Amino acid sequence: MLKKMRSLIIPGVDKQLLVKDATKLMPDLSRRRFIASGASFGALTLLTGCNVSDSLSADNLLTHISKFNDMVQAKIFNPNVLAPTYSEKDVRRPFPFNGFYSEDEAPQIDGNDWKLEVSGLVDNTKSWTLAELHKLPEVSQITRHICVEGWSAIGSWQGTPLRDFLKLIGADTNAKWVYFRCAEDYSSSLDMPTALHAQTQMTFKFDNQILPQSLGFPMKIRVPTKLGFKNPKYVTSLEVTNDYKGGYWEDQGYNDFSGS
Amino acid sequence: MSSIIADADRTAPPKRITSKVIQPAWVRVLHWINAIAMVIMIMSGWQIYNASPLFGFVFPPSVTLGGWLGGGIMWHLAGMWLLVINGLLYVTLGIVTGRFRRKLLPISASGVIGDTKAALTGKLSHADLSTYNQVQKLLYAGILIVGVLIVLSGLAIWKPVQFQYLTAIFGGYDAARYVHFVMMASIVGFLVIHVALALIVPKSLRAMIIGR
Repeated sequence: MLKKMRSLIIPGVDKQLLVKDATKLMPDLSRRRFIASGASFGALTLLTGCNVSDSLSADNLLTHISKFNDMVQAKIFNPNVLAPTYSEKDVRRPFPFNGFYSEDEAPQIDGNDWKLEVSGLVDNTKSWTLAELHKLPEVSQITRHICVEGWSAIGSWQGTPLRDFLKLIGADTNAKWVYFRCAEDYSSSLDMPTALHAQTQMTFKFDNQILPQSLGFPMKIRVPTKLGFKNPKYVTSLEVTNDYKGGYWEDQGYNDFSGS
Repeated sequence: MSSIIADADRTAPPKRITSKVIQPAWVRVLHWINAIAMVIMIMSGWQIYNASPLFGFVFPPSVTLGGWLGGGIMWHLAGMWLLVINGLLYVTLGIVTGRFRRKLLPISASGVIGDTKAALTGKLSHADLSTYNQVQKLLYAGILIVGVLIVLSGLAIWKPVQFQYLTAIFGGYDAARYVHFVMMASIVGFLVIHVALALIVPKSLRAMIIGR
């Protein structure tokens, strides 16, 4: 019946030639499927709403994942694992200066006027003079400082373990954070498990010499289990707190935990 | 409709429309997720590299992702989850389904040399996409190993204290960075060849999209 109809509609045309031409024009089935798959993949991208050019939604997602990464790193962090230590000959001299300002803009602090303010969840909020801090028991470590940028340098650091000082001032070690403020308006939050790590140090000396201005005189916090920016220099105050107060770089998007 | 096809078949040799599946659905899905993850990891990795270059060059900002170091790190450590979860699924399925053994083995030196010669003289056949030639086997098996090494060297850089034994295996923190870079360069090199060949043999690209 179909044949009859066709011969009625298109009289005098060679059927076989016509079909041959038609199939030439028509894409083959697999090609059509190929295009259809491509289209549905595009539709899927639209449906997920993940538009990379919409920087706000991408930023939101990235911030959430970064917070998730904080949690994962806190779980990975083993308080009993010590950072590798090195020998005297590995120490980088001079140790590189690093800051969000140039070296000649680094704060110049008079050690006689300087005091370390203590506040927050501690029994004793008395502030400490440099002379008093220098009398605390001194330990030494030669560890690698790893910068968030990727470079690293081995340094020789002397000072008091932060956890001993926290005990001394009667800090609530169940609190979440130790928050540091610095002379150059730098700041950083250190999670309590890291603050209590055996190698986390209130550092007063480099290479057995009083800290040079470039390395944070009179005191820096040396945290060999963290990236360099979590090692504040020119520290002026320490606060034990349950409130997350961020930090100079943390607020700009560097991952807060940044553990190594 | 059926009569039209029957007529067409009389003039042209019959074409099998329902050819066998060359790339199963899981391979296709994981392949394209991996492609997205790779682009994110490479471009954000270049952003991070630029903050402290290992060599005397930096990557132009137009090919980096994240806008600045902090943004690059955010992208890199987010893309890492996509890459690792997808990669673990791929390797697990590749092993348990027997796909790796079936598709990638055996590889022989003489086979690779023979197929390389054939490829360079234009004699390598691409008629049967379901079987990889020796050059493909070597490249695909090789890039799997590179994939494992780039993840491990990445972990060594990310956690040089917690995973210090891993970092030590790579020869320390600084050496691990070079390993990570060389593996990245290998992947980029592989991608250039892989994409070029996919464009030369478009039906292989089609197979990776619709399976046939």
